[in-house]
Amino acid sequence: TMAFRHKNTRRIEGLDSNVWVEFTKVAADPSIVNLGQGLPDISPPSYVKEELAKAAAVDRLNQYTRGFGHPSLVKALSQVYERVSGRKIDPLTDILVTVGAYGSLFSTIQALIEEGDEVIIIEPFYDCYEPMVKMAGAKPVFIPLRCKKVGNSASSADWVLDPDELANKFNSKTKAIILNTPHNPIGKVFTREELQVIADLCIKHDTLCISDEVYEWLVYKGNKHIKIAALPGMWERTVTIGSAGKTYSVTGWKLGWSIGPQNLIKHLQVVHQNTLYTCATPLQEALAQALWIDCKRMDDPDCYFYSLSRELESKRDRMAQLLQEAGLKPVIPDGGYFMIVDVSTLNVDLSGVDEREPYDYRFVKWMITSKKLSAIPLSAFCGPETKRQFEKYIRFCFIKKDSTLDAAEVILKNWNKQTA
Amino acid sequence: LPSAKASTHFLHPSLQAKMSRQLQARRLEGTEKNIWVEFVKLAATYSKVNLGQGFPDFPPPDFLKEAFVRALGGENHMLHQYTRAFGHPPLVKILAQFFEKLLGRDLDPMTNVMVTVGAYQALFCCFQAFVEEGDEVIIIEPFFDCYEPMVKMAGGTPVFVPLRLKDPKDGKLMSSAVWQLDPTELASKFSDRTKAIVLNSPNNPLGKVFSRAELELIATLCVKHDVLCISDEVYEWLVFDGKEHTRIASLQGMWDRTVTIGSAGKTFSVTGWKVGWTVGPNRLLQHLRTVHQNSVYHCATAAQEAVAQGFQRELELYGTPDSYFIQLPKELQQKRDQMVQSLDAVGMKPIIPEGTYFLVADISEFKSDVPDAPDSDEPYDSRFAKWMVKNKGLAAIPLSAFYCGAHKNNYNHFIRFCFAKEDSTLKAANDILQKWKRERTGP
Repeated sequence: TMAFRHKNTRRIEGLDSNVWVEFTKVAADPSIVNLGQGLPDISPPSYVKEELAKAAAVDRLNQYTRGFGHPSLVKALSQVYERVSGRKIDPLTDILVTVGAYGSLFSTIQALIEEGDEVIIIEPFYDCYEPMVKMAGAKPVFIPLRCKKVGNSASSADWVLDPDELANKFNSKTKAIILNTPHNPIGKVFTREELQVIADLCIKHDTLCISDEVYEWLVYKGNKHIKIAALPGMWERTVTIGSAGKTYSVTGWKLGWSIGPQNLIKHLQVVHQNTLYTCATPLQEALAQALWIDCKRMDDPDCYFYSLSRELESKRDRMAQLLQEAGLKPVIPDGGYFMIVDVSTLNVDLSGVDEREPYDYRFVKWMITSKKLSAIPLSAFCGPETKRQFEKYIRFCFIKKDSTLDAAEVILKNWNKQTA
Repeated sequence: LPSAKASTHFLHPSLQAKMSRQLQARRLEGTEKNIWVEFVKLAATYSKVNLGQGFPDFPPPDFLKEAFVRALGGENHMLHQYTRAFGHPPLVKILAQFFEKLLGRDLDPMTNVMVTVGAYQALFCCFQAFVEEGDEVIIIEPFFDCYEPMVKMAGGTPVFVPLRLKDPKDGKLMSSAVWQLDPTELASKFSDRTKAIVLNSPNNPLGKVFSRAELELIATLCVKHDVLCISDEVYEWLVFDGKEHTRIASLQGMWDRTVTIGSAGKTFSVTGWKVGWTVGPNRLLQHLRTVHQNSVYHCATAAQEAVAQGFQRELELYGTPDSYFIQLPKELQQKRDQMVQSLDAVGMKPIIPEGTYFLVADISEFKSDVPDAPDSDEPYDSRFAKWMVKNKGLAAIPLSAFYCGAHKNNYNHFIRFCFAKEDSTLKAANDILQKWKRERTGP
């Protein structure tokens, strides 16, 4: 018999491993308090669930809808984002609905990035950016956020890009930069000044900006989410990505969207029509109805876009307190629902855990086994050069119900007792 | 962007390089056009009766709607959150159980099954995982239109081989079985660059159900040339007249080289749920998983939960008269016969499909309504279908939509009708056709 020649294509070579596949398996044990993967265990708002039940009851909403986005959904999105950005957004040409923000990232990268291109990725980064850029045949160019404070950082605002270092990453091959604000995992909310530095470079080098803004509504007191597409010269070169999963705590709906100028979005639409064609109808209808409800009350503090972030702010503060009581110094995030913390200060003996892996991987595995608490190692979010810089940190997710945080509290309060 | 008038030596060197390159990636070349975008718009604007795009206008079965409502409203609100990326455990488990029976082999739900966003995304994963520049992929014409652009986007070269229409017997209506591959012609398409062949049985748009003998012919060539088979079987349950759907993966030498694709949308009449799956050996599925985790990663949870419950019910009722997999094709067969009769009565010549919910009809007798336009590049059937929806309010799809560019005029006097419609819809279509006939034969 012939040797089996049907290997994978070059485009997916080396892209088979994935931090989530590894860690969701490990944390699937229900006795473990899971603060790892970014999924809420709080309930979505009841009206959101009701809208889905209503949509599913309408027969024609169980059949195909418009490929690039269900009409009522793209209309609702255009209304919400016109409100936010002050710019006219054409629902048919400036918006594409995708399978989660993940699908938007994929469509954008497949549409606009190819071999010969370089794409700047800010570290730490949501882990899919690197393999997606590689699958498109392009070269990821990394630049780390660096802590500007000597000693331990107290806030996500301490983590900044060095403007000169950033400028040096741009060259004639730079097709795009991927921006994530509010930032996962650090929780940084890029300021207008910081965005202007990035924008200036994009304009100077005629570079595209892929702006992952899935946590756009989750900003805490004293901070404002600014859309880089709103800066002068940026609308025409930016694809802005959003997520129903993060907006409404429905990660299992897998709906996201890309918004931008027609001359960019049209290429994403081509990718979409050749990859999955259309997204699920009843989910899109339900999302549209939920968005209308909240769009109408965007002047009201009860609007879910604002009330969720208030709810999360108190969880953030509680999470920070628990970690501080365990002797740790967490980096308090200005946005998002993650918090990173340097665990090397605990000086835990990890000699029993696989020596070949980075420190944070080993720590998390030890923590899962001995403390029944899970988190995600930060070096999963870094390129090869910076793993040493970030391997002292682990990431906790705090969009969790009170009983989950209570269980975490018990573990963290008893931490020192057991290790003493 | 700087003005085009700007002298280039004032531009940053990066810009000079950039301005000569196109914005979009080259992988999109040749994939920009899409027949559905155009025809769905036309149907939405003009049609009174839409027999164009393939979706039922009757409701999904009650048991499935109930399963969805249960999934949404239940105590477990975690069904609104991420599930396992490669497929919600209850769904992959029941799919493995089901397909074990159908394929006659043990299946591991975790490695032999992967859930996708509709069969469409399953196809995408297959091409991305296995096809790249230098590879040829055999596509049987007429084909579900996405195969060609997907092969191109993967950098591959599509190689087309037609189903040929055997000479019609005078006066008698033909079955879709008359569309056949020429074995010698098929064999000639296999080369050492052939990576895969795409099989679609039951076939959209013709409704052909490939016989065991026809599948064995294809299988023999796959084995001989060590070629993969991407088997699109979304209409697997929709077979009529007691015909049997044979799964190519169950033929000798085929399991190891076949990815079998299915669809909840077609199986359970819920095209808007976008739940599909792949079944195959781990050695192939591992690469589909890599594509999937780097493109969409997860599929929506609640719909998967409901489909799992649907399959659970069907497993329990399998082979019994209450099974949806028996009731649906029975109902559709009646609708098929109704549609065939309507078309035959007015002089359109339908080819009776052995499966799917599509049929094609020869509209040659109606050519006087839409004269030839020698200056037009557009295939005749496409012009006819557009004229028909605008002037008669009846939407259908031209058969040329399912052929590659070079072959669009090979069979350009057929249009495809979808008959997965309420009886009232089919009656309304009949009324349009009857009125049209009277207008043509009147004084």
